[in-house]
Amino acid sequence: MSETMTHDTHHDEHPSGIKRWLFTTNHKDIGTLYLWFSFIMFMLGGAMALVIRAELFQPGMQIVDPNFFNMMTTLHGLIMVFGAIMPAFVGLANWQVPLMIGAPDMALPRMNNWSFWILPFAATMLVAPMFMGDNFMSGQGPAFGWTFYAPLSGQYDKLAFFVFAVHLLGFSSIMGSINIIATILNMRAPGMTLMKMPMFVWTWLITAFLLIAVMPVLAGAVTMLLTDKYFGTSFFDAAGGGDPVLFQHVFWFFGHPEVYIMILPAFGIISEIIPTFARKKLFGYASMVYAVASIAFLSFIVWAHHMFTVGMPVAGELYFMYATVMIAVPTAVKVFNWATTMWRGSMTFETPMLWAVGTVFLFTIGGFTGLMLGVAPADFQYHDTYFVVAHFHYVLVSGALFGIIAGVMYWLPKWTGNMYNEGLGKLHFWLTMIGMNLTFFPMHFTGLAGMPRRYSDYPLQFAEFNQISTIGAFIFGFSQLIMLYLIIKCIKGGEKATDEVWEGSHGLEWTLPSPAPYHSFDTAPEIK
Amino acid sequence: MSQQQDLRAANKRVVRKILLIVVGMFAFGYVALPQLYNLICDSFGLNGQAEQVSKAAAGEVKVDKSRTVTVAFSSIVNSRLPWGFEPQVKEIQLHPGELKKVNYIARNLSGSDVVGQAIYSVTPVEAARYFKKTECFCYTQQTLKSGESKDMPVLFMLEPDLPENIKTVTLSYTFFRADKYAKSN
Repeated sequence: MSETMTHDTHHDEHPSGIKRWLFTTNHKDIGTLYLWFSFIMFMLGGAMALVIRAELFQPGMQIVDPNFFNMMTTLHGLIMVFGAIMPAFVGLANWQVPLMIGAPDMALPRMNNWSFWILPFAATMLVAPMFMGDNFMSGQGPAFGWTFYAPLSGQYDKLAFFVFAVHLLGFSSIMGSINIIATILNMRAPGMTLMKMPMFVWTWLITAFLLIAVMPVLAGAVTMLLTDKYFGTSFFDAAGGGDPVLFQHVFWFFGHPEVYIMILPAFGIISEIIPTFARKKLFGYASMVYAVASIAFLSFIVWAHHMFTVGMPVAGELYFMYATVMIAVPTAVKVFNWATTMWRGSMTFETPMLWAVGTVFLFTIGGFTGLMLGVAPADFQYHDTYFVVAHFHYVLVSGALFGIIAGVMYWLPKWTGNMYNEGLGKLHFWLTMIGMNLTFFPMHFTGLAGMPRRYSDYPLQFAEFNQISTIGAFIFGFSQLIMLYLIIKCIKGGEKATDEVWEGSHGLEWTLPSPAPYHSFDTAPEIK
Repeated sequence: MSQQQDLRAANKRVVRKILLIVVGMFAFGYVALPQLYNLICDSFGLNGQAEQVSKAAAGEVKVDKSRTVTVAFSSIVNSRLPWGFEPQVKEIQLHPGELKKVNYIARNLSGSDVVGQAIYSVTPVEAARYFKKTECFCYTQQTLKSGESKDMPVLFMLEPDLPENIKTVTLSYTFFRADKYAKSN
């Protein structure tokens, strides 16, 4: 085996400086690139969120124009979904999947390089129109909401920028997914059967298939917008025989699996961390795998619960309601399995464990509000209010984002060879936890009281809750700088990490030295 | 060496299969979904779509004089179309099975010729499948010269098996600008 491998892994003399990063085909380098890119996007999207919250601190228009406000809500959503959360998960997959299955690298290293380097260009194209106005406030960035519903988005002057940015993002995601699927299917160490794979690898395998299935549908939706505007088709234009409601069906056929794309890998990370710090095996491994697979399947047949108020027949509403509520079953299986893993474990609460437990706790709140929204008659009250905003931030911030941070903290010592500063980690966690809940919990109340989302102004009666949200948002936003400092500090030095790093760690990545060498598992490990 | 080649061949197989799925899903989104959407809406009478029937067929339907239904007319003009557009009467009473004619009046308020297309819908949605038209200005594009005004007739009936609980049916038209889609007829 080692004889046959030397041929392909004999290029240790990699270029240095910028060329190392531009031309790299190494899964660890590319993982690092993805993670830094998503951190920069996280800061950019976060800054936009703070503009939104600053404007909403008081009723009336204080800081920005309504058009600029709309650009902020639109770009905040798009950047966080496509720029921060998804690339961060791909970055974690690049770093961890080969290490966890005992492979020397990703299956298609050159394509891997390409799928990353498309991203900065896509992000630039998405944001560039913002700077094309006469002055900053009159920028021409997309201002139609991240869901870009037709016919509004069809009236956007710079639509082509938006459409091609989405196309590029799609290419990147699809190539990344092909790579992950090929790696997992073909490059597992001998003896690692599918049902012996770590949960993180399992969740990513299923996520990659979801991406393959729905990113082309998203590409189809934006292409329809493009040809409607520039090439005389009328998919969504009633004057030519089209129907704007069709857009919502196509978009949410992509959109609902998309929300699971953003949460399943976080489930995987949680399933790695909790057993480590509870010092027990993951409870119900097989049921975890089947639960993830069922969630993925169900995600394709529930899309219209995003559009209950569109005027569909009662039979349709009932069907989508029951199908939606059914997702609670496999999700509850996962939550109960995590709780049971912790039950009577010898738990310690290092930073990754704090993030993991925080994720389980807060994601469950987001899951419950999801059930409320899934009930069709009730949804008419909640639809397009801040209640929805609260719901999806509880699942995407304290589900996806917290899961990513948990994973970064968990594997950081393996990547850098140094332990991070535990005190800073805990400070970051608690400030984020407080900030996040201060920001989003009051939105449940403003939403139930009827405050609609996406407006730059609101009636006086909502002022107090909005002020609390804004204060929370600034605490939340600025405490992320602690994480930046913590990570840089950890890269530069600190207490040396052992190979196992954590007392209860389990899995192949912990058998490698810390930091993980540039080339690892040149010889495949044997799994018993 | 052969192990490496095996791996490469296996990777290629995976890439090929997945690319097929990608192309298939794009086609599903761009080509099949719109067709499927129209098919489902048409066959279940969703979307407030009323069916066109011939005048002869409509004449054969027996009129149910035992009850009266109100049909209300509404009109909307899309902001990009510089037209005035209104029904001649706000509502009428009729018996199910009875063929009636009403006029909408459209007037081009702009200084140039404009092509328009009317899109209709029937509410409540359950009534749509019992709403039959023999003639409607919405079946073709309408061109109005600058300043021209025109009567736009619609001939319709409600089928006698319209559910008893439906007392009022609203026929609504939205006129859109359709220069972009103008057919030379």
